[in-house]
Amino acid sequence: MLNPADLDTLLLTFKVASIATTLMLLLGTPLAWWLARTRSAWKGLINAVVALPLVLPPTVLGFYLLVLMGPAGAIGQFTSWLGLGTLPFTFAGLVVASVLYSIPFVVQPLQAAFTTIGELPLEAAATLRASPLDTFFSVVMPLAKPGFLTAAILGFTHTVGEFGVVLMIGGNIPNRTRVVSVQIYNHVEAMEYSSAHSLAGILLVFSFAVLLVLYTVLKTQPVAHQLK
Amino acid sequence: MTKPITARFQLDYGDFQLAVDLSLPGSGVTVLFGHSGSGKTTLLRCIAGLQQALQGYLDINGTIWQDSERNVFLPTHKRSLGYVFQEANLFPHLTVAGNLQFGLKRIASHSKTADLQHILELLGIDHLLKRKPDQLSGGERQRVAIARALALNPEVLLMDEPLASLDFKRKQEILPFISRLHQELNIPVLYVTHSQQEVAQLADHLVILADGRALASGPLSETLSRLDVPLAQDREAASVWPVTIVEHETDYHLTRVAFAGGILSLPTVDAVIGTPLRVQIYARDVSIALEAPTATSILNVLPAIITGLADDKGGQSVVRVQVGGLALLVHITRKSALLLNLQIGMAVYVQIKGTSILN
Repeated sequence: MLNPADLDTLLLTFKVASIATTLMLLLGTPLAWWLARTRSAWKGLINAVVALPLVLPPTVLGFYLLVLMGPAGAIGQFTSWLGLGTLPFTFAGLVVASVLYSIPFVVQPLQAAFTTIGELPLEAAATLRASPLDTFFSVVMPLAKPGFLTAAILGFTHTVGEFGVVLMIGGNIPNRTRVVSVQIYNHVEAMEYSSAHSLAGILLVFSFAVLLVLYTVLKTQPVAHQLK
Repeated sequence: MTKPITARFQLDYGDFQLAVDLSLPGSGVTVLFGHSGSGKTTLLRCIAGLQQALQGYLDINGTIWQDSERNVFLPTHKRSLGYVFQEANLFPHLTVAGNLQFGLKRIASHSKTADLQHILELLGIDHLLKRKPDQLSGGERQRVAIARALALNPEVLLMDEPLASLDFKRKQEILPFISRLHQELNIPVLYVTHSQQEVAQLADHLVILADGRALASGPLSETLSRLDVPLAQDREAASVWPVTIVEHETDYHLTRVAFAGGILSLPTVDAVIGTPLRVQIYARDVSIALEAPTATSILNVLPAIITGLADDKGGQSVVRVQVGGLALLVHITRKSALLLNLQIGMAVYVQIKGTSILN
């Protein structure tokens, strides 16, 4: 039912989403921790920047990334100077774009989880000789486990579903930047509805199953609620 | 006598200022007493390092925990303390055993830890080790929290209104444990409360705080009988006397106890001769006579010397008398004080209508 090209796009999509999710958790955790605890005047600004991809059309985000990461852009000149070339139309560029596009789906559940934990367990840990870093790993992480699971699942699925940003900066290069959502579009353009059906069906079942786990097993609040 | 705890803090939050300079004993229970907003919890948090007073000096048994002049501020996790929060504040993701082990895993292996089994038995929680905090009652949770703090054998145990969130029954269940702690473990306890009952029951040393200042600091009986603190005027004002059981009068259901300077008769106390007790005597339960009453139903009539007199804003006078070696507060009407022409130095008799045993 799936031809090899379709299978490649599926594998590529999951590869991008896995790497992007790992990066988002690594970057998003300290960022969410800072946002949850800071009294800095910068908090509002950073919150707004993090939430921007939620409301921005993906093509707008993709457009700016294309310009910034291109040969004339600031990021492009930096990556060229590092000897890495430019990022648009590469797998690495796709990962970078995915991280920026999906990061609010990781940061916001984590931030909510950290805020819910509050000061008291941290103070208890301090009176029991745990340093702040120790406290983060031994108290905060276990207590925020549902937040981490929600963040990982939402970050991953949202990355799997991206389309506009990929089109703008990734194009449609087989085995490098051609992800499932783009491939479905290709099939439809070519009137190959049965192939489109297979891929679309896989994504539908996958997304539904993941959300079902999220809301039944993990008993997470609906996304709209989380993002408030 | 040198005092092993020196605490000086100055802190300004705009609408609240804390300014204290205290020397506290290195053993027994020191109660920090005050109404809400008096700064008692802030003071305790400054001692724990959970809050940092910009100007502060804190010496615990010779170890400097804070000296702002020399830029010394030991973070909380490096201070040898135990802290019991108002709500037990156990880690919900760990079992009782996990909570007890949390601190033990983190102290240097050479440092002396407490006898955990002894603490578990003392607090009556050895059967709860496998439970999670949400499977415990409020009283059990608070007892686990106390054990968790004590397990580290800290230099000082800090308790922030540990009973405030519990109902009367649970309080009565835990108070005896705390009294026993300070008899059996030689760790100084700093105990924050706004309850006069807890003061009477637990304190060896009493610090009275109001508006961020220490109004008085001294041994319990002495401080309770000071006329210059609002406590003496309070309707619940009481004196606390340490006594020892000397005789049981089983026919009358009475127990006779000795104090520094005399004997009291109390309703029967179920304890052996020689047992030390705390007796609370409310100021409103005492009256004064100029001569020894010859015919009275009151058993406890004692000779006393007036050492202090004060009037409140209403029609009440507070009289402080010395009975043998102990001070006693008496509330009488101002009219009575004038009719009897009470003066400092006068020899009188006090009649004690009621007493209560605290432990």
